[in-house]
Amino acid sequence: MTAQELPIAGDADVVRVRQAVRAAAVAAKLSLVDQTKLVTAASELARNTLTYGGGGSAVIEEVFNGLRKGVKAVFSDKGPGIADLKLALTDGYTSGSGMGLGLSGSRRLVDEFTIETATGDGTTVTVIKWAR
Amino acid sequence: MERLPILKIGPMLLVSIQVDLRDDMVIALQEDLAERIVDTGARGVVIDITALDIVDSFTGRMLATVAALSRVLDAETVVVGMRPAVAITLVELGLSLDGIKTALDVERGMRLLSSGGGSGR
Repeated sequence: MTAQELPIAGDADVVRVRQAVRAAAVAAKLSLVDQTKLVTAASELARNTLTYGGGGSAVIEEVFNGLRKGVKAVFSDKGPGIADLKLALTDGYTSGSGMGLGLSGSRRLVDEFTIETATGDGTTVTVIKWAR
Repeated sequence: MERLPILKIGPMLLVSIQVDLRDDMVIALQEDLAERIVDTGARGVVIDITALDIVDSFTGRMLATVAALSRVLDAETVVVGMRPAVAITLVELGLSLDGIKTALDVERGMRLLSSGGGSGR
């Protein structure tokens, strides 16, 4: 599978990102529980991109580590960035109207989680889930 | 905007979610249910999520809100049909869904409501 880039500009795009991540997770032969975890994390992160980042994009691709397959999803926006990353990754912390589980919760649902952000310079979150 | 149909069955309301939920539909459902509970004087609400392949924090919050607001309006809410993979993911995400009654399927959910299971455990 080649990398697939999807725009995130509205609620319908969040649904499309979920569907694309699901398709990639099935193709990479993730278990049903792992598919569900990855799609749920993608849903949280796509919504963050929309709500806090003012929109952006998701890039979804299959990745390999030796014989292991996985799915990588990268969510980027050009929004205001996250000033206090440690605080933003705390369970229950929210700067908006959510439950404060988006970032901290999605980190628990994936195998690899990296976040790059700078005030005024947007946010990029990269997640990977490996097939077992 | 597409809205989710709410069916009235005797003293209960039934919502069976069969589509991929957009956030705006989730918010609309919350408002529609509050109105329908008042309009119909329903005593119970069954929300069937059998077809949902994920429940994220946004949808989870809606379920908790509907449960809370139905109590204020003298009705009880039961969420039915959660898939095992969805339940595992929800717990790991950190959403405990405290205060939400659940049942395995619509039939058991309706039985729970009509047995007055609403008031106790």
